[in-house]
Amino acid sequence: MSAQPLIEISEVTKRYPGGHEALSNISLGIEQGEMVFLTGHSGAGKSTLLKLIAAIERPTSGHIIVNGQNVGRMKRPALPFFRRNIGLIFQDHKLLYDRSVFDNVLMPLHIQGVIGNDAARRVRAALDKVGLLNKERARPITLSGGEQQRLCIARAIVSRPALVLADEPTANLDDAYARDIMDMFRAFNEVGVTLIISTHDQDLIGRYGGRKVTLAYGKQVS
Amino acid sequence: MKAWLAHHLHSLKIAAEQFRAAPVATLFTILVIGVAVSLPAGLYVLLGNLERAAGGVKPQAEVTAFFKEVDEAKARALAGSLKKHDDVAEVRFVSKSDGIKRLESAGLAEVAAGLPENPLPHTLIVTPREATPAILESLAARIKDNPDVERVLVDTDWIKRLAALMQLGRDLVGMLIVVLGVALAAITANTIRLQIYAQEDAIEVARLIGATDRFIRRPFLYFGGIQGLAGGLAGWALVIAGGRLLEASVAQVAAAYGSHFHLAGLSLPESGLLLLLSTALGWLGAYFAVGRALRQGG
Ligand SMILES: Nc1ncnc2c1ncn2[C@@H]1O[C@H](COP(=O)(O)OP(=O)(O)OP(=O)(O)O)[C@@H](O)[C@H]1O
Ligand SMILES: [Mg+2]
Repeated sequence: MSAQPLIEISEVTKRYPGGHEALSNISLGIEQGEMVFLTGHSGAGKSTLLKLIAAIERPTSGHIIVNGQNVGRMKRPALPFFRRNIGLIFQDHKLLYDRSVFDNVLMPLHIQGVIGNDAARRVRAALDKVGLLNKERARPITLSGGEQQRLCIARAIVSRPALVLADEPTANLDDAYARDIMDMFRAFNEVGVTLIISTHDQDLIGRYGGRKVTLAYGKQVS
Repeated sequence: MKAWLAHHLHSLKIAAEQFRAAPVATLFTILVIGVAVSLPAGLYVLLGNLERAAGGVKPQAEVTAFFKEVDEAKARALAGSLKKHDDVAEVRFVSKSDGIKRLESAGLAEVAAGLPENPLPHTLIVTPREATPAILESLAARIKDNPDVERVLVDTDWIKRLAALMQLGRDLVGMLIVVLGVALAAITANTIRLQIYAQEDAIEVARLIGATDRFIRRPFLYFGGIQGLAGGLAGWALVIAGGRLLEASVAQVAAAYGSHFHLAGLSLPESGLLLLLSTALGWLGAYFAVGRALRQGG
């Protein structure tokens, strides 16, 4: 669409404190509306790359431009507003076990000042999409691994972000559920949402045939 | 506007949940804050009552002036001019002969008779309108300026002592307010620190999905402020209860001195200030605690 890609990663290196280089000299452009699979062995740097895009980690060198904003240099007060445009699905879920399924999904809306019936309606729509509508009062701890994963997805999409970063969203799911979720992602993609999905599952990528970026030991191999 | 209100209500709800999570600990903290508040407030009230009581005793502070060997008319003239002075309530003139008569009527007639001639000077006894050390001393200085006056006696010592004691008391109240104010803020900061510790996950997730520092901070500020307010109320109640307890015995003491003395508590503005201050300090303590946690969170 536009001349500049939605996400532009140029010569990015990330070295964690302690000296481990998780990413070396990565350059990558992702257009608005793309669906990109990020793949590679465990420890290849997939999560690190997603964290850099969401400004959860900062690059050691190089720069990352998202939506025209230099993410690596973003000032602290700007971060929350930047993150509201991104739906984050974490590898470790990061669900809150002291509140209900409903309240977990409500959180992003609340933070953005959406409240009352409007918020409740949107929470239920998101829960419906991931098939958890009948569990809205349950505590996340009582959900199965796959259900927790879907809850995490519901929380990521409830505020209708234009960009979704999904870190191994199908890792704990059996084939049927993994396919359900991938179908869901494709449906988002069809309405214009940009998605970056990290996964080990080569079959899945083969089946959905989006663009594939492969990392190995922090280097981009394809 | 509606969203704003809902936001604040939500923060209040979270603060209430924090209370429900640890009611006993919170009530205990409130009690501790109450005691911390009641110390300076109680001392302040005590001091106010003492000052009032001291004022009611009407100190017999006088300036006494002894004249040189001068005519009675001259001495009376000074008495007359002093009477017109604003600070002066009463001037009594005791002439040489009056002095001797007093001596005689006091049963010392033999002593008086044994004297070769009347050795007593004309004397002035001046009572000031207000018995402050400053007024007494300026009066004494003014009288001493008169060349006919031999000697002036002022007894300001006990008034000075009282004033110094009152000042000491006021300084002590000020010091207690500062020290216990810091303690109040620190107690609150510690409570909030524990809450933050228990809420670490929720705070982390909130930040990851776009919560501002203000959003994260607000429920804790509410909690700190409300806890401070509750502690202030507890302290206020302690002071009032203490006053009630002492009231009967104070009345007895006053009656023994043949006077009525009513123990005063805290006035409405004073009570308001106390509650405002304890709320603000609780809020401040919470602000520091959350600020530290947010900075550490990167
Ligand atoms: N916070 C951190 N501090 C230090 N090293 C880290 C940190 N996070 C990741 N690493 C290291 O960086 C490398 C890349 O980690 P990353 O989590 O990005 O891998 P990944 O591709 O997501 O792996 P997986 O498929 O197992 O999730 C790993 O060697 C990891 O040990
Ligand atoms: Mg990972």
